[in-house]
Amino acid sequence: MSDDVIDLAVFSELRSTAGAEFVADLVGTFCDDAASILAQLREAAEAGDAAKYRRAAHTLKSNANTFGAARLAAIAREIELGGLGPDAARKVADLGAEFERAAGRLKELAHGGT
Amino acid sequence: MAAREARVLITDDNKVNRLLLARMVELLGHSIAMAENGRIGIETLRKEAYDLLLLDIDMPEMDGFAVLEEMQADSRLRDVPVIVTSAREGIDNVVRCIGLGADDYLPKPVNTVLLNARIGACLEKKRLRDEQRALVQRFATPEVAEALQKTGFALGGQRVHATVMFCDIRGFTTMVETQPPEETIDVLNTYYTLMFDAIGSHGGVVNQMIGDGLMILFGAPSPLRNCAASAVAASLEMHEMMAQFNVERAQQGKAPVRIGIGIATGNVVAGYTGTQRRATYTCIGDTVNLAARLEAHTKDVGRGILIDQATQQDIPQSHPTEPLGAIKLKGKAATENVFAVTVACEELTAAKNGSPKRRTRSQPRA
Repeated sequence: MSDDVIDLAVFSELRSTAGAEFVADLVGTFCDDAASILAQLREAAEAGDAAKYRRAAHTLKSNANTFGAARLAAIAREIELGGLGPDAARKVADLGAEFERAAGRLKELAHGGT
Repeated sequence: MAAREARVLITDDNKVNRLLLARMVELLGHSIAMAENGRIGIETLRKEAYDLLLLDIDMPEMDGFAVLEEMQADSRLRDVPVIVTSAREGIDNVVRCIGLGADDYLPKPVNTVLLNARIGACLEKKRLRDEQRALVQRFATPEVAEALQKTGFALGGQRVHATVMFCDIRGFTTMVETQPPEETIDVLNTYYTLMFDAIGSHGGVVNQMIGDGLMILFGAPSPLRNCAASAVAASLEMHEMMAQFNVERAQQGKAPVRIGIGIATGNVVAGYTGTQRRATYTCIGDTVNLAARLEAHTKDVGRGILIDQATQQDIPQSHPTEPLGAIKLKGKAATENVFAVTVACEELTAAKNGSPKRRTRSQPRA
């Protein structure tokens, strides 16, 4: 099955490993945390804090991979490995937009949607 | 096959990772605790014992590399197995973690089957390590065990200035022949307990036990400020302990157990001898032979402690000694200046007092 936001194979593997109910809670935790991570990323980009910028992107990448949010992970990875450049603001905006898509889809999936 | 339940500490600043790892580890049948950064992780490890640490690299305050370094520097934490779990890319991070003492590295997201296998392997390794440590501690002194852990094992010796002591029970053979073996074992165990206590409290290291005979080193493997003085102080305490033991024996109508001690000081070669498979920490040299001969000679002259000239020169004046002159000891070509250390508290003195004086540290088993 293909999904352009979430890799369903990864997500269903996660559910079978950890349990559907647990994963639903974890999606909630991810969404709550991601909001503050995105905020940190914006702050770091504005302040020119490369270490904080990288670490925030790293955390988001790691979590995105956990849930199979492949595109979100790819953008986060680009930020993590690319470092703080002149196009940081645009990248962070892309990341924020992709996060909204991924979060919406994950919540659907977590509550039994397909 | 379920591994036995382990206590696992999960250190990760990322809440999603932390919760997910905790869930996976719990589902594998282990109990968990969580720490949200390296500093808290280290504090938690120091407070309670854990069988395994799952460690993230990228963390605020103290990252995974710093945690590994801190653990290496702490002998109590050094052997806690660590599996690093990280989404960091690049083989250099893996290499660095392993170099810093991590047992394994799992990339994130962590696969539960792999995690289970790695946890099992780590716990098995830890079990073997714990067993080995217990074995080393049972058969080697704590000093030797610690030196082994610090510097590793290597055959070969090192020339050191040390004092060697030999001690045995007078008439032990007769004792073995005339009383039930159980009673002999009992006497031996009490004797060992008392002697080890006196020796240990003066920095001595028992490195050989043969029947009732003990070989003790002062100044090796760890140096002492004045190894001769320590040895003589220990020998006096050993006699004092036996005197008190004999008071108890007298009350039970049993014959006293007497000991003889020979002490010599000089250069020895100390180190591991044997093979790669079986070795012992020991000292070799003329000083060792001399101490053994002096101990044997205590029987001939009926004295409790005999020392050589080098020992006599190094001990404070407060230890009264009596020169016995130049004596030709068995197996020695040249004569040796031998001194007897005055044993103030011979059994009779203690017996007259009726009950043991001070001594709370270790009592013979009743």
